[in-house]
Amino acid sequence: MSTSLQRGITTLLAQIDAPVATFFSTCVHCGLCAESCLFYTETQDPKYTPIHKLEPMRRLWQQEYTFWGKLLKKAGLSKPVTDEELTEWEPLVYDSCTLCGRCSLACPVGNDITYMVRKMREGMVASGHAPEGLKGATQRAIEQGSPMGVNLKTLKAQIKHAEKETGLTVPLDVEDADYMMVLSSAEVADYPEIISAVTRIFKQADVSWTLASDGFEGTNSGIQIGSSDLAADILGRIVHAAERLKVKYVISPECGHAYTALRWEGPNLIGRPYPFQVIHIIELLDELRSSGRLKTDSVDETRMTFHDPCQMVRRGGVIEQPRNLLKQVAPNFVEMPDAGVQNWCCGGGGGVSANHRAERLRIKVFSRKKSQLEAVDAKLLVTSCSNCRTMLLDGLELNHMDVEVIGLTELIADHLTDNAEGKAS
Amino acid sequence: MDQELLLWVRGTGLQIATAVFVLGMSYRVLHLLLLGRKPSLAVARGSEWAGGLRTMWQRSFMLPSLSGRGLFTVIAGYVFHVGFLITLFFLSQHIDLFRAVFGFGWPALPRGVIDVAAVLAIGAMVALLVHRFIDPVKRLLSGFEDFLTWTLSFLPLLTGFMLLRNIGFEYLTLLTLHIASVELLMVVAPFTKLAHMFTTFMARWYNGAVNGFKGINA
Repeated sequence: MSTSLQRGITTLLAQIDAPVATFFSTCVHCGLCAESCLFYTETQDPKYTPIHKLEPMRRLWQQEYTFWGKLLKKAGLSKPVTDEELTEWEPLVYDSCTLCGRCSLACPVGNDITYMVRKMREGMVASGHAPEGLKGATQRAIEQGSPMGVNLKTLKAQIKHAEKETGLTVPLDVEDADYMMVLSSAEVADYPEIISAVTRIFKQADVSWTLASDGFEGTNSGIQIGSSDLAADILGRIVHAAERLKVKYVISPECGHAYTALRWEGPNLIGRPYPFQVIHIIELLDELRSSGRLKTDSVDETRMTFHDPCQMVRRGGVIEQPRNLLKQVAPNFVEMPDAGVQNWCCGGGGGVSANHRAERLRIKVFSRKKSQLEAVDAKLLVTSCSNCRTMLLDGLELNHMDVEVIGLTELIADHLTDNAEGKAS
Repeated sequence: MDQELLLWVRGTGLQIATAVFVLGMSYRVLHLLLLGRKPSLAVARGSEWAGGLRTMWQRSFMLPSLSGRGLFTVIAGYVFHVGFLITLFFLSQHIDLFRAVFGFGWPALPRGVIDVAAVLAIGAMVALLVHRFIDPVKRLLSGFEDFLTWTLSFLPLLTGFMLLRNIGFEYLTLLTLHIASVELLMVVAPFTKLAHMFTTFMARWYNGAVNGFKGINA
């Protein structure tokens, strides 16, 4: 057995904790998880059944922890996990799963299949089995600070642009500010209007904030590829910057998995609690709204709907806040079918968008989002994740759909009560 | 010979089966718990226990928008489980047995109700078996263990129904077959997915606890 396969198997076995062993023990092979998975429903291919994505790990569990499994293994009658099998499973674990979480809600016996896929990825990475695109993104994230190659120079250029546009100063490296805003590479590169938007909102709401030159990137390829070590490395930069600037809060950006990484996995990755609190930008905006500090004085009459980013809503718990904000500025806001915790994935999360091999499949399964949009018949699609945004734009264009896409923070900023400085874009 | 077998099955056999069932299931559950779970160092938004308990209960009542194969699986699954549990716990002869062992019983349901429940459970089981063969997803997930556990769960229902109506064999033979089939089920159950009769609640707790921690009501 090769060293890398051995490493992978050892890692997979180490992932089996009480929950994982319980889930494998409890699965009754009903196949209902398939019904909840975008990749199954839009292709009808049984191999995309969520629990099936875990088959190598299941056999390892069986051979290590069950009576018959151990017996058969001793008798030399069990089927070992091989490198070839892990190669075969790589597209199942990485291309046809975005860690969206729907399967975990659907399983009648309560299996948290998403939790298991996340752990399976640890073993895949340890054995060298991960998509090339994701490996490249992770390498860039570790070496350059961003999977997209966005660096401080890029950020500073965008800051300069934002300052010109708003007539306001964008604070950078301000010690003892209350909030440290984190961004995502995709925002800095493709949707830089977020910087102007938060600058104007925070000015109006009188929020003490700053960006950090050494901790402005929230995306975490380590989480996506499934390497806790790399994830901790990447996350550590944000923690270090926040501690250096002595802030009270770190704001997680309009990015899905950045919230999962920062808010829920982070302290476990670095092995200690944070000396600051984490708040999602949409959580903060809703707090400002409900305390009267966020003032808007115009509305957008367009019929619009909201796409729930999986990691923010179903996996993150920020469910009502985007709706509260939308109700303030959008009188014709309507919910799409299955809105909220049951909403369907855009198809590009969990590392899928960085995986070129997965592109065809991702585009195919957009059919689900398409049918939701056709049912709700909205002209504008609002969301709070820059990756979702790109995936949605992609899908809408390829399907020739006449729907525009906007970020929620940007939408709110568009309707801020005008003050002396700054202007609505 | 027949009488001796029946006496054994009612006596020693039942004792052995019960011991294996109780010890086997306990070991299974304990072993799982002892594998442990790392507590989270993140700041909780809600309660793990509230979430866990809620999901333990609520997951039985999920009926998400399903079509075709999903809806069939859920409905047939419910009919089987409910029918099985009704015959097990509300047939007066079973209650008499419980009372003899534990010292207390409860009101039985009329035979007519039990008959309907048993027939529906048997019908659901047959339908589910057929589905397991013809549905591509279930076919991919299924193996020897699924057909073994199906058979072991089916035989008590079938022999019990035959026993109540004196079909097929003479009464004492049917009684022996029925009790033996139950003992077979009890002895094998802890080593198969049938452990889910207990571990389902653990799985649901872990699942619900994560959601509860994050303040998500799902």
